[in-house]
Amino acid sequence: MGPAPSYGRLRTMRQPNRPKAGPFRVAVAQIHPKKADYPANLAQIGEVIAQAAKLDPPADIVVFPETVATGYFLEGGVYEQAVPAEQFFKDLQEQTVQRGLTRAVDVVAGFYELADGIAYNAALYAQLDPDGGRIVHRHRKFFLPTYGVFDEGRFVRRGSRFEAFQTRFLPSAVLICEDIWHSISATLVALHGAQAIFCIAASPGRGFAGDQIGNQARYRQLLVSVAEEHSVFIFQSSLVGFEGGKGLIGGSMIVSPFGEVIAEAPTAQDAILVCDCHPDDVEVARANSPLLADLRGALGDVVEEMDRLKEEE
Amino acid sequence: MSVPVYFAERPSPEAPLAINPELVADWLVAFLKSEVIGRRGFQNAVVGVSGGVDSAVTAYLCARAFGPEHTYAFKMPYKKVSSPESVAHADMVIRELGCHGREVDITAAVDGYVMSNEPEISPSRLGNVCARTRMIVLFDQAMKIGGLPIGTGNKSERLMGYFTWHADDSPPINPIGDLFKTQVWALARYLGVPPVIVDKPASADLIKGQTDEDDFGISYHRLDMILHHLILGYRSERLSQMGFTPDEVARVRSRLDATHWKRHLATSCVLSDSAIGEYYLRPVDY
Repeated sequence: MGPAPSYGRLRTMRQPNRPKAGPFRVAVAQIHPKKADYPANLAQIGEVIAQAAKLDPPADIVVFPETVATGYFLEGGVYEQAVPAEQFFKDLQEQTVQRGLTRAVDVVAGFYELADGIAYNAALYAQLDPDGGRIVHRHRKFFLPTYGVFDEGRFVRRGSRFEAFQTRFLPSAVLICEDIWHSISATLVALHGAQAIFCIAASPGRGFAGDQIGNQARYRQLLVSVAEEHSVFIFQSSLVGFEGGKGLIGGSMIVSPFGEVIAEAPTAQDAILVCDCHPDDVEVARANSPLLADLRGALGDVVEEMDRLKEEE
Repeated sequence: MSVPVYFAERPSPEAPLAINPELVADWLVAFLKSEVIGRRGFQNAVVGVSGGVDSAVTAYLCARAFGPEHTYAFKMPYKKVSSPESVAHADMVIRELGCHGREVDITAAVDGYVMSNEPEISPSRLGNVCARTRMIVLFDQAMKIGGLPIGTGNKSERLMGYFTWHADDSPPINPIGDLFKTQVWALARYLGVPPVIVDKPASADLIKGQTDEDDFGISYHRLDMILHHLILGYRSERLSQMGFTPDEVARVRSRLDATHWKRHLATSCVLSDSAIGEYYLRPVDY
């Protein structure tokens, strides 16, 4: 098995005078896939992309939830439903061709990936373009929940990297669900240079004592906290629909680099959130709250602490 | 100089099992619609109404999810045991909801087996025969109507194994199966189930004069708190510190541990590396 392809990893994220992009429009879609029906779900994804392309102005980026290609809970069915990243990209690209899209659109979408006979819970950041698009980045879920209602560790292998990558709009990163529940994941991608984090999720509702479903409220806390600490945009797309009694919460969010929730989708219903984002908000937020710069300044000592922890294990 | 001291607030004893009933009701209605209409393509719900709070809550949820015109409530008394009060309360539910209601008297069906073959049957065996007979009726009526039977078992009785295997637990969908009994009471009050049904002592009504709490030897309030903490992983010592007696905890724990089998399908002997449910794993909605 050769090395995994590195689609668009940023290697020089710290260069200071990168050209600034203008405002861009993001559409965050939360939809309910049909369980284990890849063709039907591709068609649904294609319809949403076409809908987002008809906005005025059209969306530049459309974000879909974790495992939107198949549904989340597949158990042993993962191996039947997983597809190679290149196949998923080709199928997404085909959707835009079929629908006569004339303008490039970036898409973030979750799927079960099959690579060399191994399944991963993965996401693509792809640029779909009638003149030929490309896979910009592929992220494999790093932290696989394998407790309680979750059993990912049994059926898929975990990824081993956090990376940032350049897009047409902002240096970005993708995290999948539990990835962002570990504060270190967002810290690492921010250090790698990400100014936007696409967080895709499939989160079954638990905890019904408060005004909001427990894990939905927790997600809000997490995303606000991450966005504020690292001055990054967060585009979170969360699956909806019931899968065998487990209701996926939706409630997708867009959070500004100042830690403000600027758009929030309803609980458990199909929805598309649309937001126009100004890349220079990241710079302004970081100038006023230089926590990431402080961390970077202390990075040598932080790494030393990590090394000590590893030695102690 | 004395520095002010601030103590952490003591959590309410009820806090761990508190629910927001409005949020729960909306979620369960969405669940019912998704599972019954969306995934299985049925429009009608079939509920056995006993006159107790669990089946009343289930019927109220079904009426919200599918409309009273698509909710079919069946009273299935065994006239030698079922209390007239239970039947009256079941009628009350049907009347309040304006849903379809029908009585199917199972006395002759049960006695057809019992009187001819097992006249000395024990009350608990008779209870099981009644429960299984009710499921025959419910599934047949569901087929006739073009509907799906909806389960009514709550989490407390499921954890205590306080149900008849392949009877109460057999409907394919159960909206209240993850709610403890005390949570069902809270939901019932929110849904507007008549107080006379919510506030009466819970009874399986399989044996004359029987109540659940007498059978358990502990109140539902205490039982639910013990169950909640045990299944989260708290040890008996911590439960003692919370004010539960060792006897209460031991009684609940032993019943919980002795009834895992009732919460599973039949055990098959594994002979291959494609054994269903062991190697061959697919979710219910796959």
